[in-house]
Amino acid sequence: MSAVAENVPPQPLAVGRTRWVGFKTIVIREFHRIIRIWSQTILPSAVTATLYFVIFGTVFGRRIGPLGGFGYMMFIAPGLIMQAVINNSFTNVVSSFFGAKFGKHIEELLVSPLPSWLIVSGYVTGGMARGAMVGLAVTAVALFFTHLPVAHPLIVVGAAILTSLTFSLGGFLNAMFAKNFDQISIIPTFLLSPLTYLGGVFYSINWLPEWAHHLSLIDPILYMVNAFRFGFLGVSDVSVTEAFAIMLLAVAGLFTAAVVLMERGAGIRE
Amino acid sequence: MNALSVRGLSKTYRNGVQALKGIDLSVEQGDFFALLGPNGAGKTTLIGIVTSLVKKTGGEASIFGYDLDRDLEAAKSCIGVVPQEINFNLFETPETIVVNQAGFYGIPRPVARERAERYLKQLQLWDKRKHASRGLSGGMKRRLMIARALMHEPRLLILDEPTAGVDIEIRRSMWDFLREINRSGTTIILTTHYLEEAETLCRSIAIINGGRIIERDRMSNLLRRLHTEAFVISLREPLTRAPSLEPYVVRLTDEHTLEVEVSKDANLNDLFARLSAHGIEALSMRTKVNRLEEIFMRLVEKGTAA
Repeated sequence: MSAVAENVPPQPLAVGRTRWVGFKTIVIREFHRIIRIWSQTILPSAVTATLYFVIFGTVFGRRIGPLGGFGYMMFIAPGLIMQAVINNSFTNVVSSFFGAKFGKHIEELLVSPLPSWLIVSGYVTGGMARGAMVGLAVTAVALFFTHLPVAHPLIVVGAAILTSLTFSLGGFLNAMFAKNFDQISIIPTFLLSPLTYLGGVFYSINWLPEWAHHLSLIDPILYMVNAFRFGFLGVSDVSVTEAFAIMLLAVAGLFTAAVVLMERGAGIRE
Repeated sequence: MNALSVRGLSKTYRNGVQALKGIDLSVEQGDFFALLGPNGAGKTTLIGIVTSLVKKTGGEASIFGYDLDRDLEAAKSCIGVVPQEINFNLFETPETIVVNQAGFYGIPRPVARERAERYLKQLQLWDKRKHASRGLSGGMKRRLMIARALMHEPRLLILDEPTAGVDIEIRRSMWDFLREINRSGTTIILTTHYLEEAETLCRSIAIINGGRIIERDRMSNLLRRLHTEAFVISLREPLTRAPSLEPYVVRLTDEHTLEVEVSKDANLNDLFARLSAHGIEALSMRTKVNRLEEIFMRLVEKGTAA
């Protein structure tokens, strides 16, 4: 029964504690969701990565020869890990947040005292958790096929975190705008996949004709993949400083947009 | 201190519908308050604004003195809401749903688990705590939403038609539970289409129609305004048609039941004498409880005509 006594003035809200516990609760809920449906969240990327390594690495890789002084399998491994991180970070947030919107249980959070930026941060952290879990699973698969040196560990971690953060925020924005389930698959299918495949996962852009090389430079995923590859192998088609600057700008812009839209209640408040 | 205070509150939706037209309303701390109105009157919009699910277009609202514009987080932490529609994750278990909800209000998990056990037991959901909530019956889902709303022990509990579609036995046990919650100090605002429910539970009432508050009073004051009272009389022998008992208004609701409307200053002995004169034997008599329905209809019809 309620312990509230009549005529007692309300206690001031312990803002810091409320926010911290609230944030942890969103993250724990997201984590449990990922684990509960692990066959949909973790397994597919590990299977896909295995197929890529078998087909591109083993079958084609032998004929392609070394790239930048590394075997083809070793060259594509960072890109494949990053591809999994990108897809899973995005997909986790878009499906979880849109599911909450569609099933109306987003209202549990909207009526709570948690501020918009914290709700965005909670969902995004959930997306990053899945990105990290899948990234580690694909790394384990990669290590089964090839040796993977780590030239700059901090760059590996930094690029993975910023990329995962960027695409988790992208997933959040997609979910905010989506009005039906079709609209949460449009961006991954028609934008994310082409940008990933054309973002230097399987090749160096130095192989491309000049016009295609220049065109590739407008693809933000190219910078993320190359920064990540630089962390492992110490080689990159683009400036790593530029790559980090682009990632930081993307994170700042997308986070601001997500929080502003949450504050306005776009698609979730009338 | 008022639990809820609303001044000049208005809401116009994007499609141009003016759901609230500058309403003023206050609910005292500790009250059990009925907010009634026909469909589309503005009840759910008002609740939506107070719980911040709907953005107001004008006016002010505060919860226990916390202004919704200036102290939103503090105001929200005082409110627990049971919405009209089911809005929890159907794939989660009742225990997970209530423990997580407590977390969103800053209640640490060990405390949340204790409260989950208490409220799920009180609302007879403890046995179902590990089941996916999509498998719960309609009544269980509604009780789960009540348990969820209570997890942070709110000072103001808002229930938007909490007993819709719930069978009478569960409805009455929910009434007992809500009375106890109110007795312990929680202010309750209730919207319902069961006027008997409002009359039985609530001490104060506001009637909203067309986006305006058309009545606001103590329940007892409002009911006192009725000049007539309706009685339900059970008959020993069946009747085929209602007897003429002028000046009383008589209706035969079924062959063994008469409903008689009696002026408040009338002598009941006269009524029984008239019944006896017609050879009608009364077995029992009770007051018809939905007196509120009559007032409600009069006020709403008057408001609509105006």
